[in-house]
Amino acid sequence: MSTLSAPAVESNVQRVLGPIDQIPFGEGRAFGVDGEQVAVFRLRDGSLRAVSGVCPHKGGPIADGTIDNDMVICPLHQHAFELDSGCSTTGTKPLSSYEVFADEAGNIVLKRP
Amino acid sequence: MRRRLVVIGNGMAGARAVEEILARGGSELFDITMFGDEPYGNYNRIMLSHVLSGEESDADIFLNALPWYQQNNITLHAGARVDRIDKFSKHVFAADGRVEPYDDLIIATGSRSHLPPMEGAYAPSGAIRHGVFTFRTLDDTRKMIQFARNEHHSRAVVIGGGLLGLEAAHGLQANGMDVAVVHSGGHLMNSQLGPDGGAILRRSVEALGIEVHTGSRTTAILGTERITGVSLRDQRELDCDMVVVTAGIRPNVDVAVVSGLAVERGIVVDDHLRVMDEDHIFAVGECVQHRGEVYGLVAPLWEQAAVLADQVTGVDRSSVYLGSRTATKLKVAGVDVASMGLAGPERETDEHIVFSEPGRGVFKSIVIRDNKMVGATLLGDSRKVAYLTQAFDEGLPLPEERLSLMFDLGSPGEEESVAELADNAQVCNCNGVSKGALVAAVHSGCTSVSAAMDATRAGKGCGSCKLMVSQVVEWAAGGTVEEDPAASYYVPGIPLDKAALMAEIRARGLRSVSQVFAALAPGGLEDAKSKMALASLLKMMLADQYVDERDARFINDRVHANIQRDGTFSVVPQMKGGVTSVQQLRRIADVAEKHSIPMIKLTGGQRIDLLGVPKENLPQVWADLDMPSGYAYGKSFRTVKTCVGKDYCRFGTGDSTGLGIGLESRFQGIEAPAKLKLAVSGCPRNCAESLVKDVGVVAVEGGRWEIYVGGAAGAHIRKGDLLVTVDTPEEVTLLAGRFMQYYRENANWLERTYAFVPRVGIEHLRRVILDDSEGIADRLDAAMQASVDAYADPWSERHDPLTPGQFRTSLPLTVLPQVPVR
Repeated sequence: MSTLSAPAVESNVQRVLGPIDQIPFGEGRAFGVDGEQVAVFRLRDGSLRAVSGVCPHKGGPIADGTIDNDMVICPLHQHAFELDSGCSTTGTKPLSSYEVFADEAGNIVLKRP
Repeated sequence: MRRRLVVIGNGMAGARAVEEILARGGSELFDITMFGDEPYGNYNRIMLSHVLSGEESDADIFLNALPWYQQNNITLHAGARVDRIDKFSKHVFAADGRVEPYDDLIIATGSRSHLPPMEGAYAPSGAIRHGVFTFRTLDDTRKMIQFARNEHHSRAVVIGGGLLGLEAAHGLQANGMDVAVVHSGGHLMNSQLGPDGGAILRRSVEALGIEVHTGSRTTAILGTERITGVSLRDQRELDCDMVVVTAGIRPNVDVAVVSGLAVERGIVVDDHLRVMDEDHIFAVGECVQHRGEVYGLVAPLWEQAAVLADQVTGVDRSSVYLGSRTATKLKVAGVDVASMGLAGPERETDEHIVFSEPGRGVFKSIVIRDNKMVGATLLGDSRKVAYLTQAFDEGLPLPEERLSLMFDLGSPGEEESVAELADNAQVCNCNGVSKGALVAAVHSGCTSVSAAMDATRAGKGCGSCKLMVSQVVEWAAGGTVEEDPAASYYVPGIPLDKAALMAEIRARGLRSVSQVFAALAPGGLEDAKSKMALASLLKMMLADQYVDERDARFINDRVHANIQRDGTFSVVPQMKGGVTSVQQLRRIADVAEKHSIPMIKLTGGQRIDLLGVPKENLPQVWADLDMPSGYAYGKSFRTVKTCVGKDYCRFGTGDSTGLGIGLESRFQGIEAPAKLKLAVSGCPRNCAESLVKDVGVVAVEGGRWEIYVGGAAGAHIRKGDLLVTVDTPEEVTLLAGRFMQYYRENANWLERTYAFVPRVGIEHLRRVILDDSEGIADRLDAAMQASVDAYADPWSERHDPLTPGQFRTSLPLTVLPQVPVR
C-alpha cells in the first residue's frame, strides 16, 4: 500500500509541480499530488492539461498515453478521454480534470478542486 | 428568399431524399412541402413482413414519425394524393382540392402491387374483393393480420413465389394459417435464383409446412359470398379463405403520365435524377427509370437520393448516379438468401462454381468472368456474404483457390449468421462487446461501422472480429448503414488513402508527423489516433531523413519495450534465429537476478522475455544486458524463428539457422504497417512453422528454398501462399526483402500480411516481385536497403535519454506489483 497518506486538503489549493521543461511537447508526465496520481500534458501549442493519472478501466498509466489537442488515449486498451473535461468518448468512467497552468517562473501550477 | 420544394410521395424514397437534402443544409434553402398517400409519417416498408409475422410491432418500423416533420419545418399533407402537375405554371393539384406552387419538385411515388388478370378478383363495385389482399402498405398488413386471425379463416393462398410472396406466406403462417404458394415461374424467386437454387429453396420452404405449386398460374378466385378457393390453369383447385397477391410491382407513374412527363416503364430520369427535359422536376425511387433500369430494392434508392440532394441543393453539381449493382441479402421465410448479379453462367468461358447440400438446405453458386465475380447466390448459409458483396461491388481479385470464396477454410468457426446470434453473444472477444451492445449503439444513432466501433470499442483489440462487427452493424441498421468514407483513409485524421497520402507527403516534402497534420489534416488539427501510423509511415518512406517526434510514438516505441497490464514493461533482447550462447544466457541470468525480474518467459519467437521491469529501470537493465533490442514491442519486423537445421538435425536439408540469423541481422527493427514474424525451416517437416508466418522459408531437397507469404497462426489461422521456390539463400533474402517493402508501401495500417496477401492476390504479388511487371523491383530493393542502412539499436538511448523524463514512471502509486513473482 501507499506510504503516502492523504493529508486533509483544503479547497482551491495550488500545488507547484516544478519546471515545465520536465514535460516534452506533445507528451505527458505523472506527478504525485497529495497522494494521488495526476497526469499533466503539455500540448504542442504549449498549453497544459491535467487529468487523474489512473485509467478507470483497468488502471492504465494515463501519462503514457498518446494525445492530440483534445484527447488522451490510454496505452493499455485505447480508452479515450477528453483532456478538458476528463469525460470518456469510449464509454468508460471519466477521469478527474484539474486546472493547470505555467506561472511566470516557468513552473507547473496545479489547482486542487 | 427560400425556394419552395414540393415532394410527391412520403415513402422511403421521398423521405430519404428529404433527409439527404436537410443534411446538406436544405432547411436554409427550401420551404419543404410533402404529399403522402398514406395517412402516416414515413415507415420502413421492408419491415412489413416482420410486422405480419409478429416479429415487430407497427410502431417499431417508423423511420420518421409525425413530430419529425414539425421539427424540420416540413409541411406534410398525409393522406393527400396528388393527381396532376402543371409543369408550366409550376403547381401541383391534390385530390382534396389543394393546390401547391413549387420552384423545385421531387416525384417519389414508388410503385404498387400488380394484380394479374383473373376472374373473381374484383367485387361488382370495381374494388378489390373482400378477402383478396395486396401486400404493400401498413394498412394492407394490418388488414391481413385481422383477417387471418378470424377464427373462420384457416387457409391462405399466396399468388407469386418471389421474395415478397414467401415473406407473406411465412408471415401468414405465423398468424396460424395454412399457406400454399402458387408461382407462375418454373422455380421460386426466379428473378434472383437459378433453377438449382430455387429447388433447394423450395425444399426449405416446404419443410416449414408451406405448400408450393410452381409453373402454375391462378386463373380465378372462387366462391360467391366468401372466398372458397382458387382455380389453377392446370385445372386443379385449391381451397382457401383468403388470397394474397404478390405477383410483382409496377411503378406509380399515373401523375407523371397525365402531366406530360417522359414515362416509359418508369419516369425517365438522367444521371442527376432530373426528369427528362424538365429543369425543375426530379424523381427518385421505384417510380424511376434510369438508363433503362427500374429498381425494386432499397439500396439503389439510397444512392439515388444522395445524388438528387447534391444536385437540387447545388452542394455538388458534379455528383452523378450511374446505376446500381444490386445485391440482396435477406432472410426469406426464415431462410438466408443472398443474391447478386448473374444467377448462372451466360458465356462458355464463364466459370461456375456450385456447392449444393439439399439435406441442410444449403446452396452456393458463384459465377466468375475474367477473374472477376459477376454473380453469386447463397442459400441457407450467408457467412461469406460480406466478403462476396465486396468482391462483387469492387471487382476485387479473387483467390486462386475458388473454394475459399464459399467457405472459410481454417478460420475460427465463430462466424454464424449475425441474425441468428443471440443478443448476449460476444462479437468482440478482446473488449467483450456483445451483439446487443453493438445493436444498441446503432439504434442510438451510430449509423456507420466506424461510429459503432468507436462507441463500443468493438474491433479495437486484435481486430480479427472487424468483419463480424460490420456485419452486425449492417444487420442492425437494416441496410441503411452509411457509407463510411473514412474506411479508405490510411489514418482516421487525414482524408486520404495510403497512395494519395504518400504522394502528398512526397510532393510537399513533409518530414515529420506535425508537418503532415499541419499540411494535410482538416483544419491542420492533429489526431491522437493517427499519430502512431503516421510516424511509422514517415520512417518507412524517409529512413534517415525522417524527423522523429517522440510524442507521435506509442509508449512502447518511446521506451522500446512492451507495456504490460500493470504498467511495467517487458524486455526481450535480440537472439537472432533463436540461437544463443553461454555468455548471453549467463548475462541474462545475472540481469534477472540483479533486478529481481518477477517472471522470465520463453517467447513463441524463440527469445527470452524479462517481464515486470518498471519503466525507470529500463536503461539500467539494457546497460547490464548490453545486448541489442529484440523489437518485441513495435509494429515492425520482430524475429525469425528457426529449426535446428542441417548441422545437427538428421533430416535437415538446408542451413535454416544460418539463413534465419542472416535475415534477422538484415531486417532487424524495420517498421511496417503491422508486425512481421518470420521463420526458416530446414526441411518440409517445418519445425519452425514457416507455413503460418508473414514470411516463411522452407528448405526442400535439392538445396532449394520455398518462400511462403501471408501465413498466420494467431487471431486468424491461414496457411501462407507459396510465392516462389529459389536456389540460394541470397535470393531468399532479396525476394523476402522486396515482398516486405511492397507490403510496407501498400498495406493498410495494422493490416497483417494474412489480410494483405489475399486482398492483392498472390498472382499479383508474383508478377510484381518476380516478373517486375510494374518496373519497381529495383526501387523496392533500394528503399529496403535505405531502411536497413538507417537502423540504429534503440536501446543505445539508455545513455542519453532523448526527452526529459523519457523513462520516468507513470505508474499508479499503489498497485505494484500486480503480476505475481514466479
